[in-house]
Amino acid sequence: MKFMLMMHAPRGDGDYQVRDWKPEEFQAHIQFMRDLNRGLREAGELVGAEGLAPPGQARIVRSKGGGAPEVTDGPFPESKEFLVGYWIVDVESAERAHAIAAKASTAPGPGGKPLGIAIEVRQVMSAPPDAT
Amino acid sequence: MNRDGEHLLRELAPQVLGAVVRRYGDFDAAEDAVQEALTAAAFQWPSAGVPDNPRAWLVQVAARKLTDRIRSESARRRREAKIALETPPEENVAPPPDQAPAGEEDDSLVLLFMCCHPALTRASAIALTLRAVGGLTTAEIASAFLVPEATMAQRISRAKQSIKSSGVGFAMPLPDEVGARVDAVLHVLYLVFNEGYAASSGPSLQRVDLAAEAIRLARAAYALLPVDAEVPGLLALMLLTDARRPARSGPSGEIIPLDEQDRSLWDREAIAEGVRLVGEAMARGPAGYYLLQAAIAALHDEAARVEETDWPQIATLYTALMSMSDNPMVALSHAVAVAMTQTPAEGLRLLERLDRDPRFGGHHRLDAVRAHLLERTGDLPAAIANYRAAAGKTASQPERDYLLSKIARLRAG
Repeated sequence: MKFMLMMHAPRGDGDYQVRDWKPEEFQAHIQFMRDLNRGLREAGELVGAEGLAPPGQARIVRSKGGGAPEVTDGPFPESKEFLVGYWIVDVESAERAHAIAAKASTAPGPGGKPLGIAIEVRQVMSAPPDAT
Repeated sequence: MNRDGEHLLRELAPQVLGAVVRRYGDFDAAEDAVQEALTAAAFQWPSAGVPDNPRAWLVQVAARKLTDRIRSESARRRREAKIALETPPEENVAPPPDQAPAGEEDDSLVLLFMCCHPALTRASAIALTLRAVGGLTTAEIASAFLVPEATMAQRISRAKQSIKSSGVGFAMPLPDEVGARVDAVLHVLYLVFNEGYAASSGPSLQRVDLAAEAIRLARAAYALLPVDAEVPGLLALMLLTDARRPARSGPSGEIIPLDEQDRSLWDREAIAEGVRLVGEAMARGPAGYYLLQAAIAALHDEAARVEETDWPQIATLYTALMSMSDNPMVALSHAVAVAMTQTPAEGLRLLERLDRDPRFGGHHRLDAVRAHLLERTGDLPAAIANYRAAAGKTASQPERDYLLSKIARLRAG
């Protein structure tokens, strides 16, 4: 079964907080993510993973069919958190997806402390589950 | 290479792989060598003709590729010595073309047992079986499961690694282990079938037909294990289920439930074969899990119209299934059969008991069945509420679309 793991960060002022981190702290964070992805790849579980550009660059596009689409700054201003990256994994159980999310949540931040990032876990919809 | 040639190669691939692994022990290297031998055959046979004993030809070429490779890799010199010591001298001589070496069927069977070993995760066993026994390429398996090729390649290489490190040898299991190994094989083939059957409703033209692949493998398993009643049982279950494929989804992939299907679209030939297999297997002794399910599928398939369905018999078979499996989904199907035999209210009463089963853990199918039975009693508001609950829980897109369309239809009256 496939799951999408979405990593959310506090909205703040619309840029990533890492810009205030020390280089070695940032380095440790990046290394953690690389190791996590390598582990998933080697386990044959990784379908895809991407980090997203800061929300300052995000645009919300809406179109009702006729005329030019409406393009505004995004993400939705009322939200306190925004999506910073995601994984899609193909795993044996929901528990395994939760375990991966828990691991990702512990990515180190300032002082090497686990950030406790909020990871939203959503099952990817599939075709009908079985033949019965 | 024409279709017959391709078919022959795919038939022979697991036998050849089994024979080479048996001789040299190294699954990984053997697989590469067999792949090379198959490629060589695909190039040479169309012009030079198929050898008299194609299997012996492939084994010989694969063995030569394997030893060439080992020789060319200086880092593997020690292994060369090991192979030389382990190879019985008579096996260095190719058999005469008219003489098939003994035990070729055993080799395929051992290979199947090895790939479906209970020590492997389900996903690994499935991938390895399709690769080594089914002869599919990694790219084909990856696209069938909609994962990147690199991910599938890792899954397969990890499976081989687990085989190596767990000490699962290339040998027939001991007599008292055979039963458990057959169960594992059947389960893997069943999962492959389900994956293919489920995917068949989507835009899947580019994908390998896993349901057909599972049927092919189940046929091969039946040829290798003719005495076990569960093997023809599983083959029959697949045939009888797959026979309804042309009728089970509409033009845009929407689900058409069994009672609304156009039965003239069902594959009569597959049904006839499935029914015959069920009859033969039933005669062998007490029916197991797959055979009972096949018998139920046969009763559905034999009803020319939904009103002719033999529900009392189906309910009896589900009762038998419940006695050998505590799968809550079986209990759910039993409740449906009881509802059809007696009254929807009786079915709903059985569902109340299942409500307290923690294993359902809010499974959408329970809500969907309750919704269906409530609809039959005429309690439309409650039916709508249950369809809505089911739609909110399912992870299957076509199933959700189906449930939402049911709600829309009920509200429109």
